[in-house]
Amino acid sequence: MPENNFIKDIGEKTGTRRDVLTKGLALGVGLLTLEAWTSQRTLAASGSGQVSQGMAQIPTLPPPVDPWQEDVILVMQQDLKRALSKPLDQRHWGMVIDLQRCIGCQGCTVSCINENKLPPGVVYRPVLEETSGTFPNVSKHFLPRPCMHCDNPPCVPVCPVGATHKRPDGIVGIDYNACIGCRYCITACPYSARTFDWGEFYGDIVLGGPLPYEEIPSLEYGKVWVREAGKSPIGNTRKCQFCIERVEKGLLPACTDMCFGRATYFGDLNDPQALINRVRQNRQVNQLKSELGTHPSVYYLL
Amino acid sequence: MEQKHLAQRQTSQSMLIFGVIIWLVLFAFGLHGLYDRLAFDSLQTDMGSYIPWGLWVSSYIWFIGLSAGSFLLSTLVYVFKLKQLEKVAPLALVVALITLIMALLSIWFDLGHMGRFYGVYLHPNFHSAMAWMVWLYTAYFVLLIFETYFALRGSLVRSSFLPGIPGIFSRILTGGRQEALSEEEVRRDRRKVTTLATLGIPLAIAFHGGVGALFATVVARDVWHTSLYPILFLVGAFLSGGALFTGLIAFFWPKRDDYWQATVHLLGRVTLGLLLLEAVLTWAELSVPMWYGVGPEYEELRYMLFGPYGWVFWVVQVGLCTVLPLILLVAGSKSPRMTGWAGILVAVTFLSTRLNLVLPGLVAPELAGLPYSYHDGRLTYQYLPSGSEWQLLAFIISVGIALYFLAVKVMPTLTGRDVA
Repeated sequence: MPENNFIKDIGEKTGTRRDVLTKGLALGVGLLTLEAWTSQRTLAASGSGQVSQGMAQIPTLPPPVDPWQEDVILVMQQDLKRALSKPLDQRHWGMVIDLQRCIGCQGCTVSCINENKLPPGVVYRPVLEETSGTFPNVSKHFLPRPCMHCDNPPCVPVCPVGATHKRPDGIVGIDYNACIGCRYCITACPYSARTFDWGEFYGDIVLGGPLPYEEIPSLEYGKVWVREAGKSPIGNTRKCQFCIERVEKGLLPACTDMCFGRATYFGDLNDPQALINRVRQNRQVNQLKSELGTHPSVYYLL
Repeated sequence: MEQKHLAQRQTSQSMLIFGVIIWLVLFAFGLHGLYDRLAFDSLQTDMGSYIPWGLWVSSYIWFIGLSAGSFLLSTLVYVFKLKQLEKVAPLALVVALITLIMALLSIWFDLGHMGRFYGVYLHPNFHSAMAWMVWLYTAYFVLLIFETYFALRGSLVRSSFLPGIPGIFSRILTGGRQEALSEEEVRRDRRKVTTLATLGIPLAIAFHGGVGALFATVVARDVWHTSLYPILFLVGAFLSGGALFTGLIAFFWPKRDDYWQATVHLLGRVTLGLLLLEAVLTWAELSVPMWYGVGPEYEELRYMLFGPYGWVFWVVQVGLCTVLPLILLVAGSKSPRMTGWAGILVAVTFLSTRLNLVLPGLVAPELAGLPYSYHDGRLTYQYLPSGSEWQLLAFIISVGIALYFLAVKVMPTLTGRDVA
């Protein structure tokens, strides 16, 4: 990974500050050593030494990531390469969204629309907004909501024709050509993560038909989908599929790639080295409506 | 006496003309809805992704309830040997068949890809309550056709001598048979009808209770997710089917004799009992989740009762579908006309009950902030059936009415006419 020149430049220009930092660091290390030494003595005195010996055999995760020191996009791309080298059923794609980093710009929503060529009425990743408090103590909260790709998805068993399915890599997908458009799955999703393609175009009002850019096909599930009346995906339920056609080519999902607040992490939940697992360390993690037993593959950092 | 008879004929003729005009208006209105549906798919509907089911799903469960109710009424004769309804039972079977066709049309038009319905037969997912529904309907449809045929075969043979369309129709269905059925054949047909009707009871309970289960098993929807739903659907089916049949016998049975009076009276009593049972279940459905004014279902049901469409509950469901029929059935228990009106009122306004079972489960956002996260006409929690949706429903109803009168016309024995 290239050295962070920005930090290096600042360091050279502020020599005196560097001295102060060095002294502070030395003092800190000294205090930590003292703390570690006293902790060991306390453990030995309480007879817990054996426990700590046993603990040493448990493999430890690499240190948590400091996103200011590593370019998370590049790290996640490396993670993708590692995951793609494994068989499909040994990967488990998942997402982590850091709510403290999300600024509610809705860039992920827009990039998703752009990637999947979404028509009116169809949205895969809206950013939910909630305002709490009263003036002057007001705060706004944002919650990007992709498909949760649940491990126990309520939308899969309800599909009368098996068009909605759980893939071995954790993705909940839809076979557009099998979907009959009954919308039972929409009612069954507790996250409202499914929307129906009613066949509308942005150009309908003015042109009475699609605008030129609406005729560009989407490439969902690695196939070419041109929206024409009576043909899929019109008349189908549609949803976020973690941009699997991009992921399988080593690219991150559009929302993750675009998120300039670096609030979205994507990767293989089965890989302990993956950034998606490292960022969850030492943070309070939540899943939406976990009490339903759906086991979502999307985690939120609070 | 002759003058009175002439006046009666004139009245019935003018009623017939009036009826035909109403039907033509309904049919023309409906044809436009059919054109909208076929030319523009689901574009002309007011449904969206947050309220993905609306009038057509509600009317589907309304019609399927009418079918199950009519069928179960016929089993009172064919399985439980209730003599009083023997003459009207074949008509109940035909009504069950027609309303089943109406239900299947409703749900077929609701599909995003109407041409792919066969997928449920080719690659069904039997974990899905909906897949079970389709398979059970198919079995019920086949059973109904055979049962109706065997119930009517004797009278069809007798009708084959009639002039015109009824005769042709009867000859086609009986393979041009001329001699009357032997006693042995009649007995054999009766046995077949009894067997099919007996098989039909669990089937009708399974598919209509199953429609309730289709909603009740959805864990994401608090209002739907209750064990009471399948029971509510079943009782609703008995009630609406019974009420429709009461109305049909009261107004369209040609012979106004003692038998007719006693039959309407009996059907009225059955409707009254079921109406009271339905009222108790509705009270349970609403009072349990709302009693303490807290909980996820509370807001949704409150919206149903006191929101902008609260009148559907108070005026239509309570007023026209419960209280007024109750008054008519109790105060006019001896009047076939009052009983008939009560039946028609319940059967027609029962759509409101079905709307109030489907929509409240969909009106509340599943996640806070969802209504304001993305602005689009299809991503709102507002739903009012569009003109096009009503038109298509009118088309289906006009098809049902046409099928009924066609059936009665080509099979005169259905309404008790003696053709021997």
